[in-house]
Amino acid sequence: MPRRKGAPEVNAGSMADIAFLLLIFFLVTTTIETDAGLDRMLPPIEPPDQDVVIRQKNIFTVNINKNGQLLVEDQLMDLKDLRNAAIAFLENGADGSCNYCKGRKDQSSSDNPTKAIISLKNDRETKYSTYITVQNELVGAYNDLRDREAQRIFGRDFTEMEAEYLNPETPSSIRDDLKDKVKRIQDMFPQKLSEAETTSN
Amino acid sequence: MAKFTKKKDGELPAVSTASLPDIVFMLLFFFMTVTTMKDSSLLVENTLPNATEIKKLEKKDRVIYIYVGKPTQEYQKVFGTEPKIQLNDKFASVDEVGSYILAERAKKPQELQNVLTTALKVDKNANMGLITDIKQQLREVNALKVNYTTYEGNAFNNLQ
Repeated sequence: MPRRKGAPEVNAGSMADIAFLLLIFFLVTTTIETDAGLDRMLPPIEPPDQDVVIRQKNIFTVNINKNGQLLVEDQLMDLKDLRNAAIAFLENGADGSCNYCKGRKDQSSSDNPTKAIISLKNDRETKYSTYITVQNELVGAYNDLRDREAQRIFGRDFTEMEAEYLNPETPSSIRDDLKDKVKRIQDMFPQKLSEAETTSN
Repeated sequence: MAKFTKKKDGELPAVSTASLPDIVFMLLFFFMTVTTMKDSSLLVENTLPNATEIKKLEKKDRVIYIYVGKPTQEYQKVFGTEPKIQLNDKFASVDEVGSYILAERAKKPQELQNVLTTALKVDKNANMGLITDIKQQLREVNALKVNYTTYEGNAFNNLQ
């Protein structure tokens, strides 16, 4: 009896069909996530123990009405000018103690970036997209200033450093080094964005 | 004449499809790695606004999602066209948000419970009134870290 030549070959012709089936299954059941956005902290509900006295000139008020118009420091303003107005307010440095500020040192505007507060108010009928645009511009104002200082001190953008610091894939040795740098820039321009309860009328 | 017939007879050699499974598997693995499973189907319209100053939401296990928008076409007959909140797979009212957050938080492992982020996926046509109510609810249950999920793009496109 002649010996067989090994096992018979399995027909792999339908392999492509099986793989296609799997591929289509994954295409249908999954999504490419678009999870990125503006990070914000809400104020805690308990009021602070003692009242903090904040001078009016250290507050930059931004009001959005239901038509999406902006009232900034009691003046009507176009959304496109908001970022520059916020930057001018933040780095005004009226008390002269801020040596990295390039503001006009206007006595009627903020004393110091660490004291400057941006207060955002909106109407209940304000559109969400307008609100996000305003938030984006205000966060952008902080980021622009932080980027400028980070460029001056460390020679790279703050947003890039922060993204690398927050990325879990960054090795911890680099992360420890970045932590101090990020902290230092954040302390120069602390993000103080207060959101009061909305008005309804 | 013989020349012509010969040409007609000579059929094209079949293209080898032996490497087709490999190609398809490659595609399959690509999609398996870059995508994630859908966790809930959307009942609301969800066109997010654009923003430029965005940060990526790393670590999906630390995120609780809240969807807001007007109900999709098929639900509009029942729920109307006013923007609604969607928690998991169903519509909810504002006062359910707090308990939902607490329930979701209790499901997470202990060490993650303090570092959770609430991702607000809000349709750009929604009104701020509803968002303010949600924010108030979040403050009440001390879920203070929020992320307004957006697409990356010029923020001024939102206004059109």
